[in-house]
Amino acid sequence: MSFLKEISPLVMNNFLSGTDVLSRYAAQITAEIQQGERRNYNEVLDLSSGDLHRGGIKPITFVRQVLAACVYPALLEDDSLPLDVKQRAQSLLRECEGGSVGSYTDSSGLAKIKHCVSQFITRRDGGVPSSPNNFFINSGSQTALMIMLKLLIRSEDSCRTGVLIPVPTYASFTLALEKQGAAIIPYYLCEEQGWTLQVEELRKALHTGRNTCNPVALYICNPGNPTGHIQSRKSIEEVICFAAEERLFILADEVCQSLVYGDDTEFYSYKKVLSEMGSTISSTVELASFNSLSKSFMGECGLRGGYVELVNLDPAVKEYGRRLLSTRSCPPVVGQIALDLMADPPKSGDPSFPTFSEEVQSIKNMIVKNTGRIQEVFAELPGISCQPLKAGFFVFPCLHFPPKAIQWAKKRQMEPDMLYCLHLLEETGLHVRPGCEYGQRKDSYHIRLFVATQENIMEDALQRLKMFHMRFMKEFS
Amino acid sequence: MSENCEYRERVLTMDTMNPNVKRVEYAVRGPIVQRAVQIERELMMGIKKPFTEVIKANIGDCHAMGQKPITFFRQVLALCSYPDLLEDSKFPEDAKSRACRILQACGGGSLGAYSTSQGIELIRQDVARYIERRDGGITSHPDNIYLSTGASDAIMTMLKLLVSGEGMSRTGVMISIPQYPLYSAALAELGAVQISYYLDEDNCWSLDISELQRALQEAKKHCSPRALCIINPGNPTGQVQSRQCIEDVIRFAAAENLFLMADEVYQDNVYADGCTFHSFKKVLFEMGPEYSEKVELASFHSTSKCYMGECGFRGGYMEVVNLDPEVKVQLTKLVSVRLCPPVPGQALLDVVVNPPQPDEPSYDTFIKERTDTLATLAEKANMTQDILNQVPGIKCNPVQGAMYTFPRIHLPPKAIPEAKEKGQAPDMFYCMKLLEETGICLVPGSGFGQRDGTYHFRMTILPSKEKLKIVLAKIKEFQQHFMEQYS
Repeated sequence: MSFLKEISPLVMNNFLSGTDVLSRYAAQITAEIQQGERRNYNEVLDLSSGDLHRGGIKPITFVRQVLAACVYPALLEDDSLPLDVKQRAQSLLRECEGGSVGSYTDSSGLAKIKHCVSQFITRRDGGVPSSPNNFFINSGSQTALMIMLKLLIRSEDSCRTGVLIPVPTYASFTLALEKQGAAIIPYYLCEEQGWTLQVEELRKALHTGRNTCNPVALYICNPGNPTGHIQSRKSIEEVICFAAEERLFILADEVCQSLVYGDDTEFYSYKKVLSEMGSTISSTVELASFNSLSKSFMGECGLRGGYVELVNLDPAVKEYGRRLLSTRSCPPVVGQIALDLMADPPKSGDPSFPTFSEEVQSIKNMIVKNTGRIQEVFAELPGISCQPLKAGFFVFPCLHFPPKAIQWAKKRQMEPDMLYCLHLLEETGLHVRPGCEYGQRKDSYHIRLFVATQENIMEDALQRLKMFHMRFMKEFS
Repeated sequence: MSENCEYRERVLTMDTMNPNVKRVEYAVRGPIVQRAVQIERELMMGIKKPFTEVIKANIGDCHAMGQKPITFFRQVLALCSYPDLLEDSKFPEDAKSRACRILQACGGGSLGAYSTSQGIELIRQDVARYIERRDGGITSHPDNIYLSTGASDAIMTMLKLLVSGEGMSRTGVMISIPQYPLYSAALAELGAVQISYYLDEDNCWSLDISELQRALQEAKKHCSPRALCIINPGNPTGQVQSRQCIEDVIRFAAAENLFLMADEVYQDNVYADGCTFHSFKKVLFEMGPEYSEKVELASFHSTSKCYMGECGFRGGYMEVVNLDPEVKVQLTKLVSVRLCPPVPGQALLDVVVNPPQPDEPSYDTFIKERTDTLATLAEKANMTQDILNQVPGIKCNPVQGAMYTFPRIHLPPKAIPEAKEKGQAPDMFYCMKLLEETGICLVPGSGFGQRDGTYHFRMTILPSKEKLKIVLAKIKEFQQHFMEQYS
């Protein structure tokens, strides 16, 4: 395993250090297989990233038809495209300068799109007012988060600006914080209770954080990534009160909001709950809510589209936010168009509605089946357990390693779950991510699996995992 | 109603905000454009004005001003977006084969899958080959190509990597005056030191090495100069640097240990006789190993300009040469934060570097469209400089390339105090008045930088020929009036 020798010092650190390693190794194995090297498996099975299309799910037909017509308006003369597709494409092209998706738009997005998203939010939140002027369309939630961090983080102060973030949290956000010079203040989600957010834990973390930095923001991921938990309404209220008391800016990452499938589970937006909390709080707590194309049933990660809604933001600061955006020209127009479709999909009665709703429903059904199957398989396996799966594209099971396994990993100077993932990849071709990349309590270990893949692929993955896991547990018992 | 109704001061205010953000300005979309948008709304509401439309000659947006997209590119993109169209006989075979090839390189055969942060490998290979063809065979490695969200994204990323230190050791970055204000904005945002070097207006905006020297020596007193940015063909000036000049810049960078950033997004937009685009990479390698093995260079290109004008797709790339391997690791990490550049933009870039070949069905149409577009731009460039140079009080250097004219305006004596009274830079005062009276939106030279006591505006040459004639006539009229009014 000379490859592992090369990488082991690298994986001593937590966030993101191992990403390249596993992915590189997966790519290496794929290349070796293509060159005819023989292994126990025919190909690498990639459940590492939250990418619906990469996992084999087809794009939503209506979305792609509208995009094609916008990109090549000659198609509007085509008989093959449904009427609602053409009408939507025409109405969007009318908004584009020169009728072309190749033109720049306003830095915060086309007015029509902001309008559409604003109306979507109002509908979602049962009538809570929303203004298009409070939206920045962007090229994915990461870029929006970065703009907010740019405004919040005083990177040249001797006392660093602190941001509270949940543990576990997804790796690219942590890297973004580091790159902006923020101090990271972790707060631990409570795994035993389904990865809930405990305000006491927030309080403890903040108190500790204040010793070393100036905390200004509280980052929440709801539904959680990688955990898949959904905050109850009460929990959201508690967090908002906490933010109000402690004077924290709330960054609510809600990109997985449409992926809710647990029984008796409902998504509450921070905006809606905030609006219903009495005027002192609702008119003062500063909130930025993020949503994106990537974690919706459209799964259009590659188009790069998202929006942030700003609540109670200082108007002068908002103008500077706009100015920062202006130096980035504008978000990709194709992504903006897809956002319009996400916010205003085909309705009952529209020609495209039957196909559209069928496609969306089949993805939902697939995820529900997969999560059911995952729970069945895990129930039979020793040393692996999972909190109830409520939302999102991932499952984050806990691995209960026997002491021998932990010793083995220590000797190789690697996190046990990283070593587990490397061997899982090597021996079965299954590529999943280790919990150490997301942060976890000391001496707890996890893996993250993508669950929004075709049922047969999920089954294949589970069999490979089962086989490896049984062997692993046996070897180290 | 809660009992505790005390006013809660916001967490994020102008005082608590990151102070670097306050220094960010970007004139191309700045206050004059905001006023222009407002005027458009007023026109729509029926408010009477001395004009019926606002002409946005402030931003280098070709399609917005009526330029047509290249048919072949849009066909391939449509096929990539909705692969069912591959069965549609109305699409040519060469477009279909490119679409299939691109889709095969995408995860799950979809533009909607994330790509690697550096960009789809196949496309980087194609870009490398394009660069090799362009540069007469000089090798280009796909590993040194980073696809990006327009060139701006890559430029900001490189600057971020280069900026460090504090006080005397704070990174200084050399940038031309006048410059495209992305650079000054990025440097402000990053808290880097801007080292301005003046282009020579009396000599067609050429770059003078002695001026580079002067600026550098001055800067060494208060910062740590690390990089030199050059825009060629120039924005806003339109100058196309001679080969000799590029060699001199490379020698200078080598001698002074400066990282070279070559913004070459207008490389196909060269109009003047006797002017040729020379890529920094090509010249560097033709200068031999003494330079080609030592000088660190990042070259930038995009799909927004040239003959494509596809600004809205946010396609682009940078090629890095002689980058320190550890820095490359950091670069790769940095780009991973924003996950990946938009895949449709990557696909577009692939077709741009892989256009139809002479033996392919789409070739004739493609060549005609490309030639016509570039020829029209050249005509408009010439027309603009000719007409403006006939206007008393306006002096225009030849528009050798790019998409803009940056004429010098001589403001009559009374205009300047009036501008001061309004709290406006004199050329902003001029441009605002022009906007209010004619509906023409330009960007004042103060937004790009200029020598003290001189005034300019930047106008794009992008409106249609007919419209451009009208615009130029109106500017002439306005200038005459302005001179009379304020003399």
